[in-house]
Amino acid sequence: MKLLREILFPLLAVLAAFVVGGIVVLLIGDSPIQTYRLLIGSAFSWPDGIGYTLFYATPLIFTGLAVAVAFRCGLLNIGAEGQLYMGAFAAAWIGIKFAGFSGWILLPACCLAAIAAGAIWGGIPGLLKARFGSHEVINTIMLNFVAVALVSYFTQYHYKTPGDPILQTVPIGTGAHIARLGKFIPGLPERIPLNLAFILAVIACILVYVLLWKTKWGYEIRATGANPTAAEYGGISIRKQIILAMAISGGLAGMVGINEVLGYRYRYYDGFSANYGFIGIAVALLGRNHPVGVFLAAILFAILLRGGIFVDAYTIHVSKDIVDMLQGIVIILVALRPDAIFSSLKKVGVMKKAKV
Amino acid sequence: MIQLRNITKTFGDVLANDRVSFTVEPATIHAIVGENGAGKSTAMRIAYGFYTADSGEILINGQVREIRTPHDAIALGIGMVHQHFMLVETMTVAENIVLGAEPGSTASLDLRKAGEEIRKVSDEFKLSVDPNATIETLSVGQQQRVELLKALYRHAQLLILDEPTAVLTPQEVEEFFAILRGMRDQGKTIVMITHKLSEVLAISDNVTVMRDGRVVGEVKTSETNAAELARLMVGREVLLRVEKPDAKAGDTLISLRDFSIIGRDGTKRVDNVSFEVRAGEIVGIAGVEGNGQTELIEALAGLIPGSYVSGSITFAGRDITRLDARARKELGIAHVPEDRHRRGLLLDFSLAENTILGVHYRKPAVMGPGSILLDQTGINRRAEQVIRDFDVRPPNPVLPARALSGGNQQKLIIGREFELPPKFLLVSQPTRGVDIGAIEFIHRKIVEMRDAGCAVLLVSAELEEVTALSDRLLVIHNGKIVGEVDPKVTTNEEIGLMMTGGRA
Repeated sequence: MKLLREILFPLLAVLAAFVVGGIVVLLIGDSPIQTYRLLIGSAFSWPDGIGYTLFYATPLIFTGLAVAVAFRCGLLNIGAEGQLYMGAFAAAWIGIKFAGFSGWILLPACCLAAIAAGAIWGGIPGLLKARFGSHEVINTIMLNFVAVALVSYFTQYHYKTPGDPILQTVPIGTGAHIARLGKFIPGLPERIPLNLAFILAVIACILVYVLLWKTKWGYEIRATGANPTAAEYGGISIRKQIILAMAISGGLAGMVGINEVLGYRYRYYDGFSANYGFIGIAVALLGRNHPVGVFLAAILFAILLRGGIFVDAYTIHVSKDIVDMLQGIVIILVALRPDAIFSSLKKVGVMKKAKV
Repeated sequence: MIQLRNITKTFGDVLANDRVSFTVEPATIHAIVGENGAGKSTAMRIAYGFYTADSGEILINGQVREIRTPHDAIALGIGMVHQHFMLVETMTVAENIVLGAEPGSTASLDLRKAGEEIRKVSDEFKLSVDPNATIETLSVGQQQRVELLKALYRHAQLLILDEPTAVLTPQEVEEFFAILRGMRDQGKTIVMITHKLSEVLAISDNVTVMRDGRVVGEVKTSETNAAELARLMVGREVLLRVEKPDAKAGDTLISLRDFSIIGRDGTKRVDNVSFEVRAGEIVGIAGVEGNGQTELIEALAGLIPGSYVSGSITFAGRDITRLDARARKELGIAHVPEDRHRRGLLLDFSLAENTILGVHYRKPAVMGPGSILLDQTGINRRAEQVIRDFDVRPPNPVLPARALSGGNQQKLIIGREFELPPKFLLVSQPTRGVDIGAIEFIHRKIVEMRDAGCAVLLVSAELEEVTALSDRLLVIHNGKIVGEVDPKVTTNEEIGLMMTGGRA
C-alpha cells in the first residue's frame, strides 16, 4: 500500500497532466499526438536525444536532492537557485585563480569550492532560522536575488574578458575540466556536453539515500522534520539539524556548478540556470523527496525541457510554454493529497451503495 | 429516542462496527463503554452523519431515518460534542454558537438576538456561560459548556458526548455531571462515550458495552458493577486495583533544591520546590493540571533551557542542573512524556525507528562506538524486544507508529524508556487515553520498575491512579508543593482541598 502510494500516485499525476495538456493542445488547434511525439519522442534518439536529456537532468538531480534533503528536515529550501549560482561562480573563481595548477589539485578544489559556496549560501538561512527563528522560505528567496546580483557583479567587473560582449568570465584552467562521457562511451560524440557530473549526480543520489536512511545523522534530520518536539525529547538539537540540513541542501545545489562550469562551458556564464533551482522544487515534490524519485522526476523534467524546444520549432501553434503548463499541472496534482482524493471517491461510492 | 439496528461499517480491511444494535431510551443518560478501537466512536459518528454505515439502519423515535451528513443529524435533533472542541478561539461565545446557523436575514447578523437566546438556554440548563466572553479567555470546562450550548441552541434533543471528561479536572467533572443530570431531568437524552468505569457508574442510567466492533453487553447501571463492566470490555477478568508490596526505598537518588521554573511569559511555573526521590520508591505528584507539573517533569528531563530554571537538581551525588536531555538520558533518566503525539513519538516513523529515539546514536542502534551507520539488525532486535516485552500490538516493527491505538503507542513509549534501562523514571500521564487492559499492564510495569530499584516520579491527572501507585504523594498547587500525604491513609477530599489551595 505504501509502495503503491509512493509510486502509483506520482505516475497518475503525470499521466493526468498529459491528458489535460493534450486537451489544451487540441483546443489550440494542434495534434496532441504529434506534439507529444515531439515532446517526449525526441528524448529517446541516440545519441543526441539521450545524451542531451541526461545532460539536462544532471542539474535537476542536484537541485531536486537539495530540496528533498531540506524537506526531510521540515524545511523548504526555495533558495537552490541562488545556491547553485554561488556554487558555479565559486568553481569558476578557483578555476581561474589557480588556472595553472595540475588537474589533480585543481579539479577537486573547484568541486569543493562549488559545494562549499552552495553550503554556505544554504547555511546562512539555516543559521538565521536556528538562531533567530526567521523563516527559511523568506530568507532563501531573498538570498536568491543577492546571489544573482553578486555573481553578476563579479563577472561584469572583475572576471570578464575585456571587450567580450557576452557576460561571462574568462575560461578556467584546463586542469579543472571534467571529461565528457563521450570520451568513454562509443557512439556518443564529445560535442554532447553530458559529462562526469552526471555520474556524480547518480552517486549523490546514493549518498543522500545512505545519509538519510542509514546513518544516525540522517535519523536526526528526519526526526527533526517529522516532529521537532519529539526530536528534542530524543536529545536531538533541532537548531543543529536545521543548519546542517540547509548546508547539505545548499551544497547539493552548489554541485550544479560542477556540471555547468567544469563539464560544459569551462567558464562562468552569467544567467546560465534555466530555473534549475525552482524546477528542483517540482522534481523533489514529484519524486516524493526520495533520491530514487528525484532521479526519475529529474529525467522526466529533462525530457520536457528538451522536448519543448522541438515543440516550439515543429508545431504550428503550440509553443514550448506547454512544458511550463505540464509542470504546473503535475505539481498541482502531486500536491493534492492522493489519499484524500481516494477516500472522498470511496465515500461517494459508499453513499451510492447505501442509497440502494 | 434513538435506535441503531445492525449497523456495520468497515474501514479498508478493518471491521469497525459489526452488526451494532442498541436502543437509547428517551430522557436517560446512556453510556457507551469499550476500549479504544472497540467501535464506540464509529457508531456514534454514524449516528451523527460523519460516516455512512455500510449496512444497517437508524431509527429516531421509532422511524427509520437516513442520516448522511451532520446537517441531517442536527435537523433530527441530534447534537454532538467532540473530544477536541471545535471553537474559534478569538471569537465570542455567541459568535461561535451561531456559526453555521446565523440568525437574522441573509445579509445581517443579529448577534444581540442570538445572545439573548443563548443566555436563555444557558440559564435553563444552568450552564452559566456569558455569550459575550471570548473563547480564549474561558477555561476548558467552560469551553465544553459552550459546546453543549451550541448543540442545545440548535434544539438538540439527543446529545452525543465523546469522552467528555478527558479534559476536565476532578472538580470540573462533578460540575459537569450535575449539568448533565439537570439536562436529563428536563427531558434531554444524553449518550456518553467513555472508557472510565467510575464515571459510567456515577452518571449513567444504562450502559452498552462494546468490544472489537460488537455490542457485548447491555445493562442497567443500577444492576452492574465495575468488575463486570471491565470484564465485558476486555473479555477477561481485570484487576482494577493496583497490587503492590510496600516499597523498599533505598538511598536518595535525585533531589531538587529551591528549584524554580520561569515560563516564557515571565510567570513562575514552578516556585521554589524542594523534594527528593529515593531508589525503589514511587513519588506521586497530584494537582490540577496546569499547576506546574508539566514544566517540572520537562525540566527534570532536560527539556527546558537552563536560562529558565534556577535552583539545583542533584542526581546520584552529581549536579545535573545544566545537563541537556541526551546527557541526562545517558545517566539513566528515562521520561514517559505526557503528550505522546507531541513529544513521545515520530508518528510517521516505523515502530522500530521509534524504539531508538533518544538512543539512536549509540549501540545497538549504530554499528559500533563512534560509528555513524545505523545497525538495522540491532535496531530490529531492540524493536522486537520492546514489542514482545511490552505486548505492543500489532507486533509488526515496520508499521508506522500512527497505525497503533493509543494504548499500544503508550506501551511502545514505555517499553522504549523502561528498557534503557533507567535508574530514574519520569512518568507523566502514563495511562491517558489508554484502555483498561493496557492500564493494568502499565501499572504493573511501573511497580516492577520500582521493585527493581528504580526511582519513579509520577504525575497523573487521575487522582485514583496517583494515589494507588505512589508510595509518597506530593500535592502541587500554583507551582508550589503544598504538602505531602500518605497515599494509604489520605482521602480524595483531603487531596482535593490541597490541590485547590485550600491548605498551605
